[in-house]
Amino acid sequence: METNKIIRKHIMESFLFTDDESALQDNASLIAQGLIDSIGIMELVEFVEGSFSIKVDPKEIVPDNLDSVEKMVAFVERKKAA
Amino acid sequence: MLPALHHRGPDGSGIYMDPHGIVGLGHTRLSIVDLEGGAQPMHNEDRTIWVSFNGEIFNYVELRASLLKAGHQFYSHCDTEVIVHAYEEYGDDFVQHFNGQFSIALWDSRKQRLLLIRDRVGIVPLFYTRTSDRLVFASGIKSLLTQLTEAPKISPATLDEIFTFWVPRSPNTLFEGIFEVSPGHMLVLENGALRESVYWDWSFPEGNAYLDGSDDSLADELRSLLLDATQIRLRADVPVGAYLSGGLDSSALVALISKDASIPLRTFSIGFADRSFDESAFQQQMVEHLNVNHTSFLCKNESISEQFPATIAHTEIPILRTAPTPMAQLSALVRSSGYKVVLTGEGADEVLGGYDIFKEAKIRQFWARRPQSEWRPLLLKALYPYLDISKGQSDTYIQNFYGIGLNEPDQPGFSHLTRWFTTAGGKIFFSPELNAALREDAAARLYQDLPDAFRRWHPFNRAQYLEAKTLMSGYLLCSQGDRMLMANSVEGRFPYLDHRVIEFANRLPPRLKMRGLNEKYLLKKAMAKDLPQQIVVRHKQPYRAPGVPAFFSSQSLGYVDELLSESKLKCYGYYDPKKVGFLVKKARAGGALSARDNMALVGILSTQLCHYNFIERFNQLDQMGNYGN
Repeated sequence: METNKIIRKHIMESFLFTDDESALQDNASLIAQGLIDSIGIMELVEFVEGSFSIKVDPKEIVPDNLDSVEKMVAFVERKKAA
Repeated sequence: MLPALHHRGPDGSGIYMDPHGIVGLGHTRLSIVDLEGGAQPMHNEDRTIWVSFNGEIFNYVELRASLLKAGHQFYSHCDTEVIVHAYEEYGDDFVQHFNGQFSIALWDSRKQRLLLIRDRVGIVPLFYTRTSDRLVFASGIKSLLTQLTEAPKISPATLDEIFTFWVPRSPNTLFEGIFEVSPGHMLVLENGALRESVYWDWSFPEGNAYLDGSDDSLADELRSLLLDATQIRLRADVPVGAYLSGGLDSSALVALISKDASIPLRTFSIGFADRSFDESAFQQQMVEHLNVNHTSFLCKNESISEQFPATIAHTEIPILRTAPTPMAQLSALVRSSGYKVVLTGEGADEVLGGYDIFKEAKIRQFWARRPQSEWRPLLLKALYPYLDISKGQSDTYIQNFYGIGLNEPDQPGFSHLTRWFTTAGGKIFFSPELNAALREDAAARLYQDLPDAFRRWHPFNRAQYLEAKTLMSGYLLCSQGDRMLMANSVEGRFPYLDHRVIEFANRLPPRLKMRGLNEKYLLKKAMAKDLPQQIVVRHKQPYRAPGVPAFFSSQSLGYVDELLSESKLKCYGYYDPKKVGFLVKKARAGGALSARDNMALVGILSTQLCHYNFIERFNQLDQMGNYGN
């Protein structure tokens, strides 16, 4: 499954609790929508590390990397390419 | 009706029927004062005034003396009897003379009027409903259900309130048409009409009209009041124990009780197998400091999940936390140790300013004065250290989440917006049908009912008021308090909720409750000489219990699987089966759950339990208020 689909599926099922594709825009801020709290941040890090076999450095836990589907996809792709 | 209240009064029962068949009073007794002579209902000299009473009038000794002086004749030494004579002497204002915790049903046959009264802050429950020709009242909803011909309906508005404030707003209960007498209220049924009045409410100074005095003198006054509030709560003809959590509030109470060396004090506490919830080390420190006879038990996750259905049978309402269940286990320990009365420290945080939500509101107010400030919101990291785990992401989260309402810091609910927002996140699981039944926003309804003076109070006092009128009365004292104590026929007594303590504390300047971010400043000052320094300065640890992991960490539980199944969720209709399915899947995966998800899942499961107990099995309700298997 491509990165985008994997990330979308996880966020929809675990944070929006739905399989309705229209419920999630790839550029929507997860924090601004109130979907992510401090536990959610940890959960997202665990998810990308486990799903894509990458290691997230604490310095990389920033909104530019993790606050929307498209930012997460770009971050994961960058990490995989590194 | 009475058998359904047996657990609240296993030591005896009695009935008074008016000769004209107009009214009937029933009572089940937990005998604590005047063990031989205190049978109820009780009456006045000429048997024209009758009372059924649950609770305690702690100043009955002084009241009895003054009523005797005024010419009243007593036939017992029980606190209950002062009620009828005080009513004769003072009329409807009699309740103002009581220092206690109570629900009172009083019948005045001369004037053909019935009074239903509840204590000032909501320690003792009192519910009622109206049928076509009757007003029926009781200390438990199950008792009322025995008088209904069909199952009650769960109120959508109440679910909306629970998934906002954690509690329904008084007088609402879970069920449509069933209400509670609100704390500090009196209902009078006379000539077929029901009239409600408020005899007491939380109130704070306007402007700067706070108490004058040095910190030391006010601390001395607080300590004197607390000492007396504690001592009159030791009045009983049975031994009195105390809960000892290891925190400041219960430790202070135990220290005050221990001032009287003639009392061989027995204390009780909970320890948790999950160390993140455990306070045993602090409990042990106080046990050694005061040399009390202490008993504790170790609460395991499995016992919470196993006993959760019994908890909900007693709360008679959905809850968002599992914390009440260990409290029922604790009261069982008390009862099996031969005790049926305990003093406990609830109320100190509301009355004297102890909660993190008060600190959070203070920081948010500070931030709201300079909304563009980058460092002011970061003070929240001092309050919630876990926010420091990931600097970049956390800072954005803090700006978004804790910045809620920052543009309107004077709005009534400002102090509680973050809690309400998190809790209301659980409404994502409401079914379309439930959402369609909701009208006005829960917070908007709350704002309409606030006292006129509310907006003129200091923001700290406003936060105290909201906390006392929602979470304290509707959850801490009920679901986690009285219901869990009485599940095992144990009475709790609450010195910090003595109305003299509250009225004194309400007149203290907010800076004496929270100095900077140092909570309960004046209480710490008042009790500094009585307690080990470590107890006084330790960071406050709120009482919590393992939540969702308790239901999914071990083997599959039949009732959890059944009640959270798609078919049951669909059948009961309150929650969206698909969304709940994803939530359950997430919980079963075993990862960390957010506060919202935790509360939502416990709330959904407990709603399902309520429907199962009180609606689906309504026709199996027996006279004991129990349901057949």
